[in-house]
Amino acid sequence: MSYFHRHRELTPYLLLAPGVLFLAVFFVVPLGFLAYQSLESGNIDFGYAFTWSWSNYWHALRDYRAQFVRSLEYAGIATLLALLISYPVAYWIAFRGGRWKNLLLLFIVAPFFVTYLIRTLAWETILSDNGFVVNTLQSLHVLGPSGRLLATSTAVVTGITYNFLPFMALPLYVSLEQIDGRLIEAAEDLYASKLHAFLRVTLPLSLPGVVAGTLLTFIPAAGDFINAQLLGGPDNHMIGNVIQSKFLELTDYPAAAAMSFILMAAILVAVFVYARLVGTEQLTGTAV
Amino acid sequence: MAVEERIQQSLERAAEPSGTPDVRLDRVTKKFDDVVAVDDLSLEIPRGSFFALLGPSGCGKTTTLRMIGGFEEPTAGAIYLGEREVSGTPPYKRDVNTVFQSYALFPHLSIFENVAFGLRRKGTRGGILKGKVEEMLDLVQLSGYGKRKPRQLSGGQQQRVALARALVNSPRVLLLDEPLGALDLKLRKEMQLFIKRLQHDVGITFIHVTHDQEEAMTMADRIAVMNQGRIEQLGTPDELYELPQTAFVAGFLGISNLLRGTVAGPDAVRLGDGTTIRVRTGSLAGHTGDVAVGIRPEKIRPDEQDPNALPGVVRERAYIGVSTQYIVETRNGNVTVVVLNDRSGTVPHSPGDHLTLSWDPEATFVVDPMEEAE
Repeated sequence: MSYFHRHRELTPYLLLAPGVLFLAVFFVVPLGFLAYQSLESGNIDFGYAFTWSWSNYWHALRDYRAQFVRSLEYAGIATLLALLISYPVAYWIAFRGGRWKNLLLLFIVAPFFVTYLIRTLAWETILSDNGFVVNTLQSLHVLGPSGRLLATSTAVVTGITYNFLPFMALPLYVSLEQIDGRLIEAAEDLYASKLHAFLRVTLPLSLPGVVAGTLLTFIPAAGDFINAQLLGGPDNHMIGNVIQSKFLELTDYPAAAAMSFILMAAILVAVFVYARLVGTEQLTGTAV
Repeated sequence: MAVEERIQQSLERAAEPSGTPDVRLDRVTKKFDDVVAVDDLSLEIPRGSFFALLGPSGCGKTTTLRMIGGFEEPTAGAIYLGEREVSGTPPYKRDVNTVFQSYALFPHLSIFENVAFGLRRKGTRGGILKGKVEEMLDLVQLSGYGKRKPRQLSGGQQQRVALARALVNSPRVLLLDEPLGALDLKLRKEMQLFIKRLQHDVGITFIHVTHDQEEAMTMADRIAVMNQGRIEQLGTPDELYELPQTAFVAGFLGISNLLRGTVAGPDAVRLGDGTTIRVRTGSLAGHTGDVAVGIRPEKIRPDEQDPNALPGVVRERAYIGVSTQYIVETRNGNVTVVVLNDRSGTVPHSPGDHLTLSWDPEATFVVDPMEEAE
C-alpha cells in the first residue's frame, strides 16, 4: 500500500501544493513586501523606514494623474482596436479556415517568436520620420510636410494594439471555433438573415471569448511602458514609464510601489465594472 | 424574412389548386466535388402527408432534405415548394422549418426565446407572440418550462422544444433530420407516436429523414427508400414490406429470405437444387432467366400443408418472447423462420430437428437477383 492509497483524502491538497507554494513565494510575498514598501519614507542614501507614509499615494495621484488616465485610455483604445481587428480574423479562421486552421493560428502567434523589445523596435523603424509609412501619408496629405508618427499617441496605441493582438485573437478563436455550425443554420432556418444570425447567435455565443480577450489585452496593456518609451514622446508617457523610472532610475521605491498599487486598484475597478456590465457568467464561460 | 413576403407566400399557398404537391423535386442532382450524393432524383410530396426518406448512411437522404431546406443548392434540377421554384432562395426566405439532428437549440436563449425566435423575425410581438409560444409549448407538453435554458432539459424535452420552435411558424413543410437519433430506445418509441399524433393534429406536411426502417414504418404514410442517391422504391409501409421491388428494399425493410432460381413457367421458379416452387400469380411479369424469390420469415410455416415445401434442418434457435426465430439450413441456403409463440405448451423445434418449410405462393415476391450484391 502506497502513501497515496492510505491518505487518499490528502491527494487533492498534495496536487495543489506546488501551485500554491509557487503563488505564495512569487506573488503573495512580493505583493506584501511591495505594500510595506509603499508606506515607507526616506531615500536610497539614508535608507528607508516604515512610517505609514500614506502621502506616497496622495503625491502619486496628485503629480501623475495624467499618466494614470493616459494608461487606461491607451489600453482601452488599443483593446478596442485589437477586438475590431481580431474578431473578423478569428471568425474567418474558425469558420472558413478548414484544414489551414492550425497554420493560420501559427501566423497569429508567429510574432511571439521574436522578442517583445525587438518587435517594438521594428515598429520604431516602420513609423520613423523618413520611413515608408510617413512618406506615403505625407504624399497623400494625410500628414503635413513636417508631420510625424513617432512620438505621438497614435504610434503608442498602434504599438500596444500590435503587441497584444494575439492575446485577443486566440481566446476569440477558441470561443468561435466551439460554436456548432448547425446553430447558425437553425437561425437561418428560422428566418434570420446572415447578419441577424450573427447578431443573435454567433456574437452572444462568442462573448466569453470577447471578455477573456479584452481582459488579457487590457490588463497588461495598462501597465505597459515599452511602447510608450520606444514609440512615444514625453507627452505620451504612461504610468508604467513613471513606475519604471522611479524604481530603476530615481530609486524612489516607496513612490513606485504606491503607484503600482494605485494602478492595480484602478484595473481591478475597471474589470469589476466591466464584469458587471457584461454579466459575470461570461467571465467563466458558463453561458455556453 | 420581410413580413410582406410571408404574407405573399401564405396567399400563394391558399391560392394553389388542392392537388398541388407541397414539395416537388424535378430531376435534382447534387454533386460534392466528384461524388454524386443525389442522382437525378424526382419526387412529389403530397400536401399534408407524413413522408419518410429512408436509407443507409450516405444514400443522399440528408442531402435531399438540406436541399429542400435551402442549406445546399442542387447541382442540377429544380425544387418547388408548392408552385414556386426555390433554387437560389436562402433558407430564411423559404417557407419550411427544420428539426435538426441533435436539435441545435440556442444554448444562450431560454426555451421561450428559442420557440419565439422565428416569430420575432417575422415581426410578431407582444401578446400575440406570447400566446402563440405558450400555445405551442402546451402542445408539446412543456408549459411552464419557458424560463429554463436548453441545458436544463432532458433529451426528450429538448426534442420537443425543437419541434415547437419549428412548428410555431406554421411552415408549409416541416423537415426532420434524424430527429430521434440521440434518444434511448424507450423514449424513441414514445416520441415516434408523439410526433405522428402531432402531425395528424397540425396537418402540416412532414418530411422525415431516418436510417431506421422501423421508425419510418411506424411514423410515415409514405416512404421513399433511397440507395446511392436514387429512390429504390416509393410506397406505403405495407407496400414496401409486402411487395419490395428490389433485393435492396427487401433486405433493408425487415428480414427477407431470398431464394435464387430460374423462371420455369408461369408463376413457377426452379430453385438451385431442382425444387420447383410456385410464386404469387403474375409476379414473374417482366422477369426472365435468373430471379430471386422472397419470403418473409413470419410467412413460412414449418410442417404445414402449403403448396410450397422445402426440407431443412434447424441450426439455431433464438427465443425472443413474442416469437421464436429459427435459422434453418436447406439445400438452397439458410432460411430464417419466425414462429409466433401464441400457444402455451407448443414444443419448439430444437437445433438438429428436421422439418419441412412450407408457405403460400401468395406470400412471395420476386426480385432481380443481381441487385443482391449491394
